[in-house]
Amino acid sequence: MELTSLGIYNQAIILFAALVLFTSFAMLAQTRIVQLIFTFAWQGLLLAVVTILVAMVSDHPHLYVSAALTLALKVVLIPWLLYRLSVRLNMNYEAEAIANPSLLLLGGAALVMFSYFIAVPVVHLSGLATRNTIAVSIAVELLGMLIMTTRKTAMAQVIGFMSMENGLFFAAVVSTYGMPLIVELGVAFDVMVASILFGVFFFHLRDSFDSLDVSHLNRLSETNDSLPLQEANGEERP
Amino acid sequence: MNSLGIAWMLAAVQTLIFVAAAPLLAGWVKRLKCHMQNRAAPVVWQPYRDLAKLLQKDMVLAANASWLFRATPYIVFGATLLAAAAVPLIVVHLPTAAIADMIVLVGFFALARFFTALAALDIGTAFGGMGASREMTVAALAEPAMLLVVFTLSMTAGTTNLSAATEFVLQAGLVLRPSFLFSLFALAMVAVAESGRIPVDNPATHLELTMLHEAMILEYGGRHLALIEWASQVKLLIYTVLIVDLFFPWGIAREFTAGALALGIVAVTAKAMLLAVVLVTWETVLAKMRLFRVPQFLGFAFLLSLLGMLTSIVLETGG
Repeated sequence: MELTSLGIYNQAIILFAALVLFTSFAMLAQTRIVQLIFTFAWQGLLLAVVTILVAMVSDHPHLYVSAALTLALKVVLIPWLLYRLSVRLNMNYEAEAIANPSLLLLGGAALVMFSYFIAVPVVHLSGLATRNTIAVSIAVELLGMLIMTTRKTAMAQVIGFMSMENGLFFAAVVSTYGMPLIVELGVAFDVMVASILFGVFFFHLRDSFDSLDVSHLNRLSETNDSLPLQEANGEERP
Repeated sequence: MNSLGIAWMLAAVQTLIFVAAAPLLAGWVKRLKCHMQNRAAPVVWQPYRDLAKLLQKDMVLAANASWLFRATPYIVFGATLLAAAAVPLIVVHLPTAAIADMIVLVGFFALARFFTALAALDIGTAFGGMGASREMTVAALAEPAMLLVVFTLSMTAGTTNLSAATEFVLQAGLVLRPSFLFSLFALAMVAVAESGRIPVDNPATHLELTMLHEAMILEYGGRHLALIEWASQVKLLIYTVLIVDLFFPWGIAREFTAGALALGIVAVTAKAMLLAVVLVTWETVLAKMRLFRVPQFLGFAFLLSLLGMLTSIVLETGG
């Protein structure tokens, strides 16, 4: 669908969708925790703007509620919780080393192309004015997954997870004008509970390993240590 | 006089204005920067005085300088002049617009840069070789980003001709294109890197280990130096006008009447002055970055241009 055939509000939806995609890339490249949290908040804000615009254009008033939920949870509450946690865990000035930033960003661009190709059949079926943005919403989701796979600290992984949730919400808004309100309320509640649980998880992680690096979790140190013991015991067994 | 004659005359006048006004922009930028940093500012036409002083001075040539070293300032200035002729400053649809499209424009800059680097190597000083290697590193990273911007714009406008693309943007009116937004930022970052401004290079320093462009022209003096500096001022103006033409072309003249031309001059002057304010603010709030971070900066510019290309395909044309 040609952009010029759309009205100015639909064009604005597409512009803000592109900006949401850009914030995903910004998160991918962002190494500092505090700025990562702020970028996440920006993504939530842009997403709320997209939702409000879609609500205006498509005349679906329940989307205003979704936008308000997004604004309250993903722009204010969760970033604030994460920021407070990062201050309390004394990691708000920490920067994480990303092995190969340029390659990572190119990988992100490849994911956008991939999601374009999977979205093409959906786009052909859909008759909505926002159908071109479906590919972008899938890309935001995949980029959130890429953030989770490339980061080591739990905080960045949680933000990647939340960003994936943003992508899902985005996909629901632009492909079907939002999920039923009860589902959205449930998801919002889940996200809020998840963010609190993640806070508990952070503290446990720090207590056990003295850092938030989840690669410590890969090593089952207790099993490895006790392995020779078991072998020693095994000799005595018949 | 027939209309073709008028068009050619206008083209010549426009190119002359381009070359003559370039030091004025440099002076304006310098003056703004001084004001913003609480320093005593030189007058706006100080660059003209500097150029006049350099043109009067005698030249000192190194004993082992070859013809390449002597020819380079003229090649650089000539290539920049040709590039300036192809960029519509106050009026579109001039016959000179057919000389070069945007890709050839990138080529002109590459030609000028190639000869500057060769001349820097020609003398055999350490600074020259270092500057040449750095400049080529930056160029190799900036050029793909610039070309992707050009491709994105030409996909939307259906042409690589700068004049026709400007006309297209004018006729389309207000269309919110995410690809243009990304391209604008990518082009701005490339322009900063290519015209040697902060944070990639500092145009105000000499004899520092961090310099890029100045290291290459360290051995030049007199007339040669005047030509090279003038060329780099024209290059800054070309990039400014390029951004203005492609993204904010409103006000540029479309027919050869006196009123339209006057409006075109006023519009481009105002927009160039505003862009200079943006550039100076950018240069004041940022510090020069380490050389090894420049690839990251340009990698980001490349990503922006790539995003522009992708959004132009995914969001603006659709499946």
